[in-house]
Formats: sequence, C-alpha cells, structure tokens
Amino acid sequence: MSAARLFGFGCLLALLAVCAACSHDRDEAAPSTVKLGERMSPGPWGQISRGRYLVRAGDCAACHTAEGGAPFAGDRAIPTPFGTIYSSNITPDPDTGIGRWTDEDFYRAMHEGIDREGDHLYPAFPYPWYTRLSRDDVLAIKAYLDTLTPVRQAHRPDELPWPLDQRGVMAVWNGMYFDAGTFQPDPKRSPQWNRGAYLVKGLGHCGACHSDKNFAGATDKDDPLTGGFAENAFAPSLAGGTRDGLGSWPEQDIVQYLGTGRNGRTSAAGPMAEVVEDSTQYLSKPDLQAIAVYLKSLPARKDSAVASVDKDTLDRGAALYVDNCEGCHLKQGQGEPGAFPPLRQSSAVQAKSADTLINVILNGSRIPRTAAEPTGLAMQGFADHLDDAQIADLTTYIRNAWGNRGEAVDAGHVEDLRKSLRQSPGG
Amino acid sequence: MARRLPPVDVVLVGFGWTASIIAQELTDAGVQVLALERGAWRDTVPDFATDHIQDELRYAVRKQIFESPERETMTFRNNTSQTALPMRHLGSFLPAAGVGGAGVHWNGQCWRFLPQDFVIRTHTEQRYGKGFIPADMNLQDWGVTYEELEPHYDRFEYLCGVSGQAGNVGGQLVAGGNPFEGARARGYPLPPLERCASTVLFDKAAREVGFKPFPCPAANASRPYRNPLGVQMGQCTYCGYCEWFGCGNYSKASPQTTILPVLLKKDNFRFKTHCAVTRVNTDNTGKRATGVTYVDVDGNEWEQPAQMVVLCAFAHHNVHLLLVSKIGQPYDPVSNTGVVGRNYAYQITSSVDVFQKERLNPFMGAGALGQAVDEFNGDNFDHGPQGFVGGGYIALWNTGGRPILQHYLPEKAPKWGAGWKKAMHENYLTACSIATHGSVMSYRSSYLDLDPTWRDAYGNPLLRLTFDFQPNELKMSGFLTDKAAQIGRAIPGATVHEKKRGGPYSIVPYQTTHNTGGAVMGNDPKTSVVNRYLQSWDVPNLWVMGSSVFPQNAGYNPTGTVGALTYWSAAAMKRYLKNPGPLVTT
Repeated sequence: MSAARLFGFGCLLALLAVCAACSHDRDEAAPSTVKLGERMSPGPWGQISRGRYLVRAGDCAACHTAEGGAPFAGDRAIPTPFGTIYSSNITPDPDTGIGRWTDEDFYRAMHEGIDREGDHLYPAFPYPWYTRLSRDDVLAIKAYLDTLTPVRQAHRPDELPWPLDQRGVMAVWNGMYFDAGTFQPDPKRSPQWNRGAYLVKGLGHCGACHSDKNFAGATDKDDPLTGGFAENAFAPSLAGGTRDGLGSWPEQDIVQYLGTGRNGRTSAAGPMAEVVEDSTQYLSKPDLQAIAVYLKSLPARKDSAVASVDKDTLDRGAALYVDNCEGCHLKQGQGEPGAFPPLRQSSAVQAKSADTLINVILNGSRIPRTAAEPTGLAMQGFADHLDDAQIADLTTYIRNAWGNRGEAVDAGHVEDLRKSLRQSPGG
Repeated sequence: MARRLPPVDVVLVGFGWTASIIAQELTDAGVQVLALERGAWRDTVPDFATDHIQDELRYAVRKQIFESPERETMTFRNNTSQTALPMRHLGSFLPAAGVGGAGVHWNGQCWRFLPQDFVIRTHTEQRYGKGFIPADMNLQDWGVTYEELEPHYDRFEYLCGVSGQAGNVGGQLVAGGNPFEGARARGYPLPPLERCASTVLFDKAAREVGFKPFPCPAANASRPYRNPLGVQMGQCTYCGYCEWFGCGNYSKASPQTTILPVLLKKDNFRFKTHCAVTRVNTDNTGKRATGVTYVDVDGNEWEQPAQMVVLCAFAHHNVHLLLVSKIGQPYDPVSNTGVVGRNYAYQITSSVDVFQKERLNPFMGAGALGQAVDEFNGDNFDHGPQGFVGGGYIALWNTGGRPILQHYLPEKAPKWGAGWKKAMHENYLTACSIATHGSVMSYRSSYLDLDPTWRDAYGNPLLRLTFDFQPNELKMSGFLTDKAAQIGRAIPGATVHEKKRGGPYSIVPYQTTHNTGGAVMGNDPKTSVVNRYLQSWDVPNLWVMGSSVFPQNAGYNPTGTVGALTYWSAAAMKRYLKNPGPLVTT
C-alpha cells in the first residue's frame, strides 16, 4: 500500500513570495456555545479513552505507523510532490518520541505546526486542519499517546531538495496559506451540523485529499471538498454535485460507507479503503450521522460540461468491459448489491479526474475489512493484462456508459500513471 | 531433534474446510487454536483472480494447485497378491495442498446423504435379510443418524450459500425438489442456479421416462449472498472453471469465501503454512496426545505441544498420521481385526455421452450446475431383484466446456488430426454427458496400511492403498449406467454412447477425489477408530475429521456430509472442553 495522507507544502515559488507574515490566532475568540468532543465521563480514564477514539478519528496511525512497524513509532515514508518525508515517532519515548513533550508543546504542534524545538513542521502533518481542534481534544489525544509503549525509533531525515529542507521556509508558507484557529461553531446551525463540520474540517482532515491543492500544495482556506488529487488517486468531490458528488446520496448511505467501507452505490478504494479500515469504521453512529449532515449541507455545484466521446472509443471500451469487468460489475454496470460495487451512477467513476478509476484498473483494489463487514472482496489489477490504450478506452467507456458522463482519458495519461505507480514507494 | 514450541490449546493438522470450521467454532468457545498447513497461503485475489485462473493447461492439465507427489504420495495395488508401487503422478483422485484444501478446487456439489445411508447395516438387514450382504462386505452403521445431523447440514449449507430447491421441508414434499431427500428444517439459502440448455434437455427426458428430476444443490452462489458469519459472496458468473480451479468471483464456497475473513481477525487463532505434520505425539501411556511434530519448509523439525489435536488433513493423510504415530490398532485384513486403515472406500462413476442436434453452449457452466434424478440412490428402490447393495444419482452436470478435457466425441471419431478437428467442430456445441455417481461399500480387501518398502520425503513409510472394484459395485454401476442411457435415449434425436465402468480399478485416469474410510466412526471400538463424535477411542484428546471417518461411501459427493459432521463434532468438542474425557464410554 502506498503511504498515507497527503501532500505538500512550500515550493521555490513560495520562497519568492515576500510575505512572511505570522499566522493569526483566533483562539481568543468568543467561547463556544456548542459542546464539542465526545461526551465521556471526566477523569483520566475518560480522557484517555476519548483520546483513543480521537486518535482513530484523526487516523494518526495511517502516517505514524510504518508497514510492519511498531504502532505510532513513525518512520513511514510519505511521498509528496516535493520529495519524501518520514513520519515522526509519537510514542512516549523520551529521546526519539514525544516522551519529553509537555501538553503545551503538543498543543503548539497540533495548533500551529511548530514542534518542541520551535521548528516548523511540514504540512504533510495536517496541522492546517488539526488547528481547529479544541484544546480538550488535543490534550485527550496526548493523554492517550502517553499510555503507549515507548518505542525507540529515531526520525529518519526527510528527502527534500534545497531550500525546502530548510524548515524556516514553512514560515513563509504558513503566512500565505495557514490560519491557526480553533473551530468556530455556527450558531445558526444545529449542534449536529457543527459536530460534523468540526470532525470533517478538524481531525478528519478530509480536505487534505478531497480539496484541490495549489502549486504549493496548499488547500483553499475555505476547504470546499470539491475533489482533489492524492497519491495517484483522485479523491472525489464530497460536495453536492449529483453526478460526481454526494448530491444524490442520502445521509444513510454516507453513514454506511464510512462505517463499513461500502454501500449500495460504491465501495471504498485506494487510500480511502485504509481510511475506513483504520479510522472511520470506529466512529460512533452519531458522529457518522453528524458528518453526513455536514457533507449534505455543502453547496451543490453545477455539473461541468463534458465533451462527447467518439463512438469507436466507446465500442472498443465496451468490448474490453465485456471481457474483463462484466462478470462482477454486470452488464449495465449495476454491480451486485451486497458484493461488488456498481459503476453506473458512481460519483467516483464520473469524477472530474479518472485517476482513481485508472488506478483501480491498473492495481486492483480491496474493499476494506471492517468489524461490521469482514469480507475484503478484492479485484485484481489489470496492469499486466491491458495496455495503456486499452485501459484508456475502457476507462472512457465506463465513464460514459449507462448514463454516466465523464471526460475521456488518453493513453498517455494512463502511461504516466502507470509510471508514477511503479515509482511510488510501497506502490 | 525437534525444537519445542510454547504450547497451544488446540492444534489442527491441515487448514482446509474441516480445520476452518473447527477453528471458527473453538475460537468462539474461547480457546487458542493453531492450524498447521503443509501448503501455501492462498486467497481469491491474487491467487484465483479472473485474469489468470481460467487457464486449463496450467491448473487442470499441469495440476497446479494439488499436492505434489514428490513430497508425499502413496503406493497402490489392487489386491494383496500384487506388489504396491508408488504413484509418481496424481491420477484417479486429486488431494489438495494449501490453505482451503480441496475446498478451493471442488465443484461445489453439496449434498446431504440419505437417512438410510447412516444406518445402512440395520436397514439392509431389516429390509432384505442378513444373507443379502456379501460376507466380505464390512457394512456398518455410522453411530450418528440423519436426524441428529440435520441441524449441522443446515449450518453448513447456510455457511456456503448453497443454491438449490428443497424437496422435503419438515416432512412435506415440495414440488421441483428431490422427493427422496431426508426431511430438512428449511429450504436452501439461495434459489437454484439458472438452468442451461443441456440440463433442460435432461430434465425433459427424465420426466418422459418417469423420473422426478431436480436441480442439484450447488455451493455456487446463484445470487449475491451474506452468510450467518457476515461474509459476503458474489453471484456465480457461469464461467465453467470450478473443479480443479479456485473461484475468482467469490461465488464458490470455500474456507476463503465463507469463514476466513472472520476467523483470521481473531486474536486466539493462528496458522502456519509450509508446515508438514509428521507425527502425533503421545505420552508414555499412549492414551494422551501431547501435540504434534512438524517439519517446516527449511527442513527444520518442531514439536508443537497442545492440549488437544484435531486431524483435519485429507482422508488418506489422517490415516497415515495415525499409522505412523502408532495410535490405534492397525487393520489386519486376514483376521479382519484392528481398525486403523479399515474400511477404505471410494466411489464408482460412469457416463453416457449424448450426441444430438440442439446447440447447448457448454462453456456456460458452473461446478454444481446440474439436474439429477435420485430414483436409484441409496435404498430409494427395491434392491431385492437387483442383488446388490448401494446406488447412486444420475445427473447431467454442465460444469463447463473447457477445450482440452471437457468435450465429448463419438466413439468412432479419430483421436487426432483433421478427422478429430472435424468431429470436435461438429460436436463441441451439441454433445453432453450424463454421469452416474455410485456408492462403494467397504470390504475386507479394501484397506490402508504402511508400505514396507517406500518412504516419503520426511522418511516416513508411504501409505499403501489396496483396493479394487468388487462385483457388487460393478453390478450396481452397470445398472445405474443403463438407467442413465435410458434417459439419454429419450432426448430427441440422440445417439448415446454408454461408458460403463469395468474392473479392475485403475488409479491412473481421474475418476473422483471422494476417498473415504480408514479411520471410521461408529459405536464399537472394535470396528471404528473414532466414536460417534469423531473422538478417538484410544486417545480422547485426539479427534479425526473428514471423510476418513465414513464407514463406507454413499452415492453422493461427500463434502456436505463432511461439513455437517464437522459441525456435529465441534458441538461435542465444546462439551469436551468443559469436561475433558471420553464422550462415549465403552
């Protein structure tokens, strides 16, 4: 499996930017009138178990546990467009972990992206989202991490080119793209909506994949969740488009998807399969419900126009579909409810970018194994079976069959993806 | 010297169907279970993925997923006057190696035995008199009844998502099902598979002759399915690559598609692959198993202590392990005493090829896609005038139309060249074949013991099989084949080619992998290795699963009964765990 969350951060151009302004901290703003966080009993036990829940909600293990490594001991390679970063050890080892960190040190890292030594962290660590966490929640996370077995695992130097290896660069980046500040509930909205927004925009850091990023790897501060690239895949829009967003999904489908990795419309693939397995399946029903309510409130966008696809391509794609896909996804792309995901009317299939679909065809995919749904139904990859032109035709066909609409894919793009998949560490 | 490992509660020898069920049940009961598998780990993707599994040359001809005779094989002879020689290639039957065992490569033909099958001695004596049973036939009751097994058959069928049409629910006959089957508590979990053209022909012809055909029970999911463990299966695509292949579509029931997704998540379950168990160890009293010894892939020998040992390997291997471990008295055919190796049985098959004009598209098949008649199975008919014991079903299976091994040509067609091609061209799409699948009883002369000459890769003597078809079985099979031909001839415009099975038994051409006996169950320790709960009479913390416990073989494929017996035994094991000791006292 390729490594976890996102993305990048500063680049040379960012360096040229003049602004070195500091981030604005809005912590001092009016106190919240909506109760946030899990309603657990006070006291250390309650705090620790709440921390454990939050660590799962934030999917910390995804980056901070290397494949086959000790939990939370870091050393997982995180590929970014700018180079490889290695995650840090967050077990309470005094020398190589966070054993010497005070609550204040930890809060500053989560809230401002600055470590105990005062150095800037790279936003591969999603502090632009974690900054929104309540102090209580951050300290609960710390309380849980403090209970882990300390593991000695030194931080491996990141592999970044100059000048990105200079952490001071991040001050510039932060000045341009980052505002520290705890989540501010919207009093006009329901507590449920606010809870959902808090989880999505905070710990869930959904926008890290599902929002578009600029050349510097930064997400729009509004975090529109209209889809974005992540690890050779395209994380589809979570906004209200009916074709490629969640517009036609009832809340219940979102809850089922996040809780079990599948629903009658689709199943989780690629990086999202890991997210469900390691994180969202552990969220409580009320929290999943709250996330669904928030996502359903995102503004609908008009579906973008799609150029029509020529008939020859569709004919070639249709033949490939019959030979390779129809056995499980069936003739009308309807899939098998309760087993294999439909492709018809799938928002992932019709997404702005076909990268997720191409990735699944090349590499295969496994539906996450969750407590509620233990079967990791898997599809094999077709990288050795179909060439770039065939995969392009097939992808174009699936994106335009049975009422689906999506931009055509060309063979050159498949070739690029095939190359980058081969190069990605652990890919 | 074997290095000693930390003890476990229960060690399972093998990791196929029976081991998976036992592991699932006993881990639920809270004990720690370790399965030792001699073969490799395998899963639907990547091992059986649809981009490569439909490769007949690799899997069917070159036998990719079976045991390899260069490590373990057996010697064979037809009778004691011959010298047994080792099998250097697999032939008449195909034991598996690897996780999932033969549950990976079976067809999914998932039957229940008839109620009389379990009490065949009592029933036969009552209906036909003692004298009806040949003197050298070791016919015996199972010690368990159909009624006792019914809930366990039910569990296995719902685990597997069996597609079928019930014929008898709670004593009420249901139209379209098998009117001869024992009463079942409820119908099958899934409706029957779609019919194909050849089974429609068979159905019509069989009705014309006066029989009551029904869809064969299939552990090939006719619909997407979620079993009681919450495991999901996909709908069968009728690709025609079941037998000797793994299923790439999650449609054929196997440990991988029904149990492992749940079992492998449990903290109290572990398995190791490439570990060949070579001994069951006992303490100095010989009455208690202390664990097993196994050899890993590097040739290192390990001792795995355990509180309880369950033999879950293929039928022959269970018997072999008992013999090399010197547990139980080996069978002596001369005096007809001793039990280990006694009552080996097989099955007897034949076919009737049908050549007709209607296009059948045989390539659209499934391992258990078939239509059968059961008029001549078990004791569903009067054996008095026939003078033989046993019977079998007659079925038209359309398991597939694979190009190399699955085609039927007229008797006179050339075996090669342009003439062969012409015959193939003319018949591939229109020919079909009706199969008979008959019981084999147990005889004094059919048994398993250790070969005096040949040894396996681990230095153990090879298992020796002494077996031949007896007049009773040849007569029965001939009778069944004639009935099959009668159905074949009722197909419009049909020419039939009756392919009766003759003796002596040859172990070379493939027939069926349904080997039974050698460690049989029963109520008398003088004629059985395990009691009615599959617990060893001699070593109460040792249990034997699988078809090696069948006292003789019935006229059906064995897996359904193997599954039911495993659940039945698992329920007994749970009682045993609370109060270890013999569950049946003698």
